[in-house]
Amino acid sequence: MQQQDYASQIHRCFRCGYCKFPTDYSSFNCPSYRRFRFDTYSTSGRLWLVYAWLKGEIEWSERFAEVLYTCTTCKNCVEQCPMKFAPDIVDWIVGARSDMVEKGRVPPRVAHFFDSVYGYGNPLKLLRSDRAAWANGTKMYAPDDEYLLYVGCLGSYDENGQKMARSLVHVLKAAGVSFGILGNDEECCGNEIYMLGEMGLFRTLAEKNSQQFKELGVKKIVALSPHAYNTMKNNYPAFGASFEVYHYTQLLYDLIKKNKIKLSQDKAKVTYQDPCFLGRYNNIYDEPRRVLQNIPGLELVEMDRNKKDAFCCGGGSGNFIMDLLAGGEDSPARVRIREAYATGADTLAVACPSCLTMFTDAVKAEDLDGKLAVKDVSQIVKESLTAKKR
Amino acid sequence: MADEHEALVKIVGKNYVSNQKEERYFYGRDPGLMPPHEPDYVVMPGTTEEVQAIVKLANREKVPVVPKGAGLALTGLVIPLKGGIVMDMKRMDRILEVNDKAGYVVVEGGTTHGALKSYLQKHHPDLRHSIPDSPPIATVVANAVIHGQGRLTQQRGFNSDMVSGLEVVLGTGEICRIGSCALSSQWFSKGPPLPDLSGLFLGWFGSTGVITKLGMKLYPCKKIRDVMLFLTDKAELVSEVIRKLAHTEMVEDIVVTAQPIPLRFRGNFYILFFITGDSEEEIEFKKKMAWDALMGYFESRDGGFVSVTPDMKPSFLAMPSKDTARFADVSKGGGFEYSGPIAPIDKYPAYLKKLEELASKYKLFYSSAARVIDGGHSMMFSFSYTFNRANPDEMKRAKTALDEAAEFALEEDGVIWKPNVNEQQMIMERMDPNTLKLMTSIKQLLDPNGIMNPGNWEAK
Repeated sequence: MQQQDYASQIHRCFRCGYCKFPTDYSSFNCPSYRRFRFDTYSTSGRLWLVYAWLKGEIEWSERFAEVLYTCTTCKNCVEQCPMKFAPDIVDWIVGARSDMVEKGRVPPRVAHFFDSVYGYGNPLKLLRSDRAAWANGTKMYAPDDEYLLYVGCLGSYDENGQKMARSLVHVLKAAGVSFGILGNDEECCGNEIYMLGEMGLFRTLAEKNSQQFKELGVKKIVALSPHAYNTMKNNYPAFGASFEVYHYTQLLYDLIKKNKIKLSQDKAKVTYQDPCFLGRYNNIYDEPRRVLQNIPGLELVEMDRNKKDAFCCGGGSGNFIMDLLAGGEDSPARVRIREAYATGADTLAVACPSCLTMFTDAVKAEDLDGKLAVKDVSQIVKESLTAKKR
Repeated sequence: MADEHEALVKIVGKNYVSNQKEERYFYGRDPGLMPPHEPDYVVMPGTTEEVQAIVKLANREKVPVVPKGAGLALTGLVIPLKGGIVMDMKRMDRILEVNDKAGYVVVEGGTTHGALKSYLQKHHPDLRHSIPDSPPIATVVANAVIHGQGRLTQQRGFNSDMVSGLEVVLGTGEICRIGSCALSSQWFSKGPPLPDLSGLFLGWFGSTGVITKLGMKLYPCKKIRDVMLFLTDKAELVSEVIRKLAHTEMVEDIVVTAQPIPLRFRGNFYILFFITGDSEEEIEFKKKMAWDALMGYFESRDGGFVSVTPDMKPSFLAMPSKDTARFADVSKGGGFEYSGPIAPIDKYPAYLKKLEELASKYKLFYSSAARVIDGGHSMMFSFSYTFNRANPDEMKRAKTALDEAAEFALEEDGVIWKPNVNEQQMIMERMDPNTLKLMTSIKQLLDPNGIMNPGNWEAK
């Protein structure tokens, strides 16, 4: 998206406020508006402020930039906005961010995020040489493997993400799937870099990854993170990538359908969080639920806000690291954890390492340790496999 | 100023006070065409006591206070004309009580229509309130304060007529209850059999106090709701058709639309009305009554029913209707505003003629929706014009057209709905002098320091 594109359209927001709600208007579904409550932190607030900035009616300030960067790009606004331009809203936000990046005017936490990816290939600023430390000897990708397992930055470095990656590896091995990883050669996918507006760095990452996949002869990628799934599926083709991309829950459901994994488990009551980049971005709502529903004894209960109305964990657009929406009981992850707990579920199932990290912290903040477990779908499946062996 | 900021932080906490440019910019304007003016602070109270403390502080320091819901009136009613504090009420969003036997709900001052609708559907599906066409972020209180209308207005009057009690913080900081709730725990009446003091606050745009709680009457929510569409190309017949429909006492909402695009709409008047019932038999009976009432026009070929196909229905039946907001983007400009006089229904042809005349004169895209009020005692006729926010010339033309529409409405026995400050002056200039004197005395009594939404309802 070029600067001119959003600049010539952004005045079209009427600030009607539909963007703040889910479909039934029961609560506020824009994570940053729910957190801060000033209208400026809603989609219309941002669009009006950006337009004011373009017109010279307000000056750039660090706080203005923070208001812009507290958008998690969860796409609730895209879902709810009644106007014809609705599909373009996130592009407008990203376009404005891109302008700020080009002018070298982003909040310090965003700049730090970029620096980390520039220098270390990951936003956590951890050593490239430690990227495969999670893998415990998981085999490297070879051209005759059916799938490349792309675990991403959180899967590689974050304690929760690593658990998720190991669980998935365990399940894929148990199902006899032919796959390999890239280990220390894996690079950041760039989804957050794109959403934060650093188009130059994103281009570099997308080209580098696409080239690497091409050279390795990769035909199918299974992504641990919906963020990676999203960018590889929707952005990478523009860089010459021509491979199939799956989210791991799609693969797991396929394996279940083909009877390649047999599931059993003790009684559990589980509710499921739709990740924004899987649900609203890519319309994948059923496969993760089907995986869970195939586990005998598992009762799946829905939160009031689900599927296209799911409430974002607050981690999108790099906020799983930058955490511009953190602090207090109104942080989106804490709001959502309370909602999950209210269903009576003993487990909140997630399908995204960002969600896993955000909710694991929120459970502690809400003092729900021991009352509500947060697990990713592959972890639940792995436990089901283990239970069978007992 | 630093002291005021500190005092406000002490009242509501630092997260809910802002004197930053971003909030001052956004809260200094609304989506309409009135000029902006920035507040010094935006404050979001969470309780009546916090509202009281803010108003007391403001009264002591003589700082203006502008209570704000969603700011969707479009006529600048929450633009802080003299700066001061904009009090964003939307944190006070609790639904405090539903009395399903007496049929009312008590909400806090920032509860949205969307949230109330959702709550009733989930917990009291046999009850409903009068949902306006404004977006769901519109608050119940602000809509009552501007004498808003909704889907039950044809049957029950203005949404402000459905108010069943108030809790108000006066300009001096006292908390005051209005109606049955002033002497009991029940919120079933805003006035009768007592003197009805709700009129001291409804219609005043926050210039006499801040409404912190409001009781609103609830009505039966029938299991089935359907829509019928009657078409005529004779503007002079519209008021007669409305009267005949209202006479049946069988229809819920009645709205008459006129617009030039799509072309098939041009020169035609679509009278949209809704039927509700608990059974198909009830629906069929009511439809037959409506059909019989209008059969004469069919026979004289002056009008007829238009088949509403299943794919058309969801849009017509939606509450609120997203189509209302969509009008702002018809010409991809992000703006529309309407002057909506409340007027006798037999004025429809004259108002329509003026609507089209102004659109032609100022080269604007127009539409009109006329909502029937209280069985046809009056209607709200909207002179709606779109404008492009990126086109200052078009914005100026739209504003001029709206100003002329307001002048015209006053000349043609109308009363301007939710008038902007200039229109308020036009109204007060024409008003009976003793009425104006009474209004001025009331304002002085309730807000002696003139801190409440100053500039509004102030006689020059």
